[in-house]
Amino acid sequence: MKLFEGILLFSLIVCALSVAFTKDLLTSIIIFMSYSLIMCIIWMILQSPDLAITEAAVGAGVTSILFFLTLKKIKAVRKEEDSEQDQG
Amino acid sequence: MNVNVIQHLLLSIEETASIILFGIGFTILLLHRNLVKKIMGMNIMDTATYLFLAVKGYITGRAVPIVVDGVQDVEAYINPVPSGLVLTGIVVSVSTTALMLALTIRLYERYHSLDLDEILILAKEEEEHI
Amino acid sequence: MSRIRDDYETSRWKKFKGWLNGETDLLEHGMEAREAVLREEDPIVLPPHGEGREVLKSKGIWRFKQLYKFMSVALCLGVILTLLWTVAALPITGNADNPDNNEVAARYIERGLQETGAVNIVTGMILDYRAFDTFGESCVLFIGSCCVLLLLRLDGSGRDKDLERLVNETNDRHFEPKDDIILQKCSCVLVPVILIFGIYIVLNGHLSPGGGFSGGAVLGAGLILYLNAFGYERMGKLFTEKLYKRITLSALTFYCLAKSYSFFTGANHLESGIPLGTPGAILSSGLILPLNICVGLVVACTMYTFYTLFRKGGM
Repeated sequence: MKLFEGILLFSLIVCALSVAFTKDLLTSIIIFMSYSLIMCIIWMILQSPDLAITEAAVGAGVTSILFFLTLKKIKAVRKEEDSEQDQG
Repeated sequence: MNVNVIQHLLLSIEETASIILFGIGFTILLLHRNLVKKIMGMNIMDTATYLFLAVKGYITGRAVPIVVDGVQDVEAYINPVPSGLVLTGIVVSVSTTALMLALTIRLYERYHSLDLDEILILAKEEEEHI
Repeated sequence: MSRIRDDYETSRWKKFKGWLNGETDLLEHGMEAREAVLREEDPIVLPPHGEGREVLKSKGIWRFKQLYKFMSVALCLGVILTLLWTVAALPITGNADNPDNNEVAARYIERGLQETGAVNIVTGMILDYRAFDTFGESCVLFIGSCCVLLLLRLDGSGRDKDLERLVNETNDRHFEPKDDIILQKCSCVLVPVILIFGIYIVLNGHLSPGGGFSGGAVLGAGLILYLNAFGYERMGKLFTEKLYKRITLSALTFYCLAKSYSFFTGANHLESGIPLGTPGAILSSGLILPLNICVGLVVACTMYTFYTLFRKGGM
């Protein structure tokens, strides 16, 4: 169990590092989602299922959806800028 | 570094990992100029703090603090206080994230940039214009 | 001798072949979002590509940036090393003799079942011993959704009506994915299960893992999925701005009245007067069940409101 926990903690750090180094915002959001899911399993190992349920619903669900929506809003504005430049 | 120190760090490996995660989040917050990335770094710092706090209440070999078969011995359950603190913290962190993302959307609508340096310069120019 | 078909042009084979060759797009109608139009802001008076962006490329700024990068990496490494050194001085994780496992936790575990009636000690702690603290947390959620409302709400004052409608439509604020049959069929199966699971978590908060915060988040996620599959019109029949106001206000008021009267009785132990009942039954543990429902409602409404505000700037 200790070994499994160590592997999970290591992959947590790997996920955090790849969030830092990914150029594409969409990719980094998805990596952040998997970070939350790994965190959820770690809560389960640390004997706090309350936290696991909350983290799964909140971290992997609602927060990621909010990030996606922000990205979509920003992309929508950017598309408009491009078409303006094409016309001008 | 001392061998003893490294052994100690490996024995409490969750705390070590949470400290490293905190450092990574802090680095993202300082080094990235993209506002969305900054918010992600802030979230990573959040979860690192929660991990540290929850690990403090964990005791090896003991069970979830839910009373089973009327056993109310202290020896049977882990410490429930950090779990309660972290539970409320996770939900509140969502609302702070949403607030920061809303601010980011408004900044982008005004200055058409996610780069913090550009936003600062544009805001300064705008002030001088007025 | 083969039979000659007159309607070859409209036959399925022709369509399939065209799709294979990439000539036609079967998802042509109603699937993709429309072109975006910028939301109208106050006009910013800015020199187009003025000196500002040039400043960023000058040599002094470049040197400052390198220095800043170096300094921040050094600072972060310093922070990590200092904290690791501190961790090395702390007692080892998982040890029962650690000083944080003190008499407070022992008291919660030993007397919690008798005093609060909740089988789940964590829920008994956050909704009975520390209930006023949790009231503050739910108020933080409410204030958070109010701030997002202030920032992202769209109101049509001082703006051309037609232009506003155009901006709203193209900014994906009223776009509804009506023809997405896969999402609709999947959510027909998934949404009731998710909602029932959320309600189960909320109602069993004092018996099993869960409670208002986790169950509310699950409920909010289910509502968001329903909204995504069936659009605003059908959601509007179920959940309106008025309903949101009523639910949040009554939940917070009930919570406040149920817990803040202890100030007027001299901050003594919070006597609810409700019998605690048998531990393990669903109708037990006094005020914890209604308080759990209140917190769950506030959290679910907040999550759903965040989504709608980000998506279309209103309820």
